[in-house]
Amino acid sequence: MKIPYYPGCTLNTVAKHFDASARDAAVSMGFEMEELAQWNCCGATFPLTPDNLIGLTAPAKVLSNARKAGDTLTTLCSVCYNVLKRTNKVMKDSKEKRAVVNGFIEEEYDGSLNIIHYLEVLRDRVGFVKVKEAVKRPLKGVKAGCYYGCMLLRPFEDIGIDNAERPTVFEDLLRALGAEVVDFPNKIECCGAHLAMNNEDVVVRLSGNVMTSAVGMGAELIVTSCPLCQYNLEKSQPKVSERTAGYAGVPIAYFTQILGLALGQPVEGLGFEKNATDIMPLLQKKGIV
Amino acid sequence: MKMKLSNEDISSVRVRQIERISGEDVRKCYQCGNCSGGCPVSFEMEIPPSQVVRFLQLGRVDEVMAANSMWVCVGCLQCYSRCPKGVSVAAMLEALRQTVLRKGEDFEKIKDLPYPFLKKAPQQALVCGFRKFVS
Ligand code: SF4
Ligand code: SF4
Repeated sequence: MKIPYYPGCTLNTVAKHFDASARDAAVSMGFEMEELAQWNCCGATFPLTPDNLIGLTAPAKVLSNARKAGDTLTTLCSVCYNVLKRTNKVMKDSKEKRAVVNGFIEEEYDGSLNIIHYLEVLRDRVGFVKVKEAVKRPLKGVKAGCYYGCMLLRPFEDIGIDNAERPTVFEDLLRALGAEVVDFPNKIECCGAHLAMNNEDVVVRLSGNVMTSAVGMGAELIVTSCPLCQYNLEKSQPKVSERTAGYAGVPIAYFTQILGLALGQPVEGLGFEKNATDIMPLLQKKGIV
Repeated sequence: MKMKLSNEDISSVRVRQIERISGEDVRKCYQCGNCSGGCPVSFEMEIPPSQVVRFLQLGRVDEVMAANSMWVCVGCLQCYSRCPKGVSVAAMLEALRQTVLRKGEDFEKIKDLPYPFLKKAPQQALVCGFRKFVS
């Protein structure tokens, strides 16, 4: 099974290890992520004001190129997923906006793509039962907190990957990989997002709340699906440790790195050294490596 | 807080403009406060989300324009997700930002951003930040 795949800018640069670990895991699960022959930035934010059609042109261009490669498009970055899926809905539902956007990008795209996240491929196409069967290095005894953030879930009526308040898809995957999942209050809260640009205090506070709430519930590892969540959490870690009594930090990794680990891929190939936090002591302590 | 309200303010064309850009009707909000309760950055906002809507309902656009709320909003959509009336304060705050940016006034100057940030930050943070803060 080959699935057309849109990596997006961040996975093509600073989050290459997110991309590579996902592609490798796909191969061992029996499908292939086929990168689109041509793609551009999705715009990294879905315009929240409905009159802002210019913000839809970049993602619409991605969609129209992807439609030429098939009827399905998969992504990994939560933000790309959010922007592409929401734009697709506009292109499908609004005749007027479709005409304007198509006129601008000189395409005839009709919103007929099915946009799915990599997690949905695993859950709905491969199936978590099969994922579980493929596990060669179970994450036994690892207490993992699954951090969804915002863009993977909201708004529910446009995204719908899972319940927006009490999602389970991430936990179900981690359970299939043999980990012990830890529920924590801030798993669907924001990391501070683009305020990384100009408001470090707020980012440290929000990312700090995510990490300390997970660790407070017993998490030894936080798993993410968004390069900006990963960046904000990693970058805030030293300041949060400084400001929070009794908090000594927690490793943070992309879910695809953890997936690859459980599927038995060589640990050196998973890009853990590119993460700012070191997962190795935990894996050694649990006897996984 | 004491303030003098006027019919002119309440039916002000500036509020209608925010409604037009955001696609929201400020009168739909019944001030339950769920949005402010769910908003992860309420603590940092000079006027929290539900009160932004209240000010708009009362036609007090100057107050919300002067507050930092629109620039602090992270666009997480928790307000919209939890609003029992289906109101998107996120869209209103974006509309407020747009009224500034569409005049060509930048909130951030790209040339002033620190080089280590530009070099290390994920592209999505840069592109998103530029869309939120730069005209
Ligand atoms: S949640 Fe909705 S109805 Fe309640 S105060 Fe906020 S905008 Fe108004
Ligand atoms: S979208 Fe903005 S106003 Fe709404 S909850 Fe998030 S940060 Fe608060």
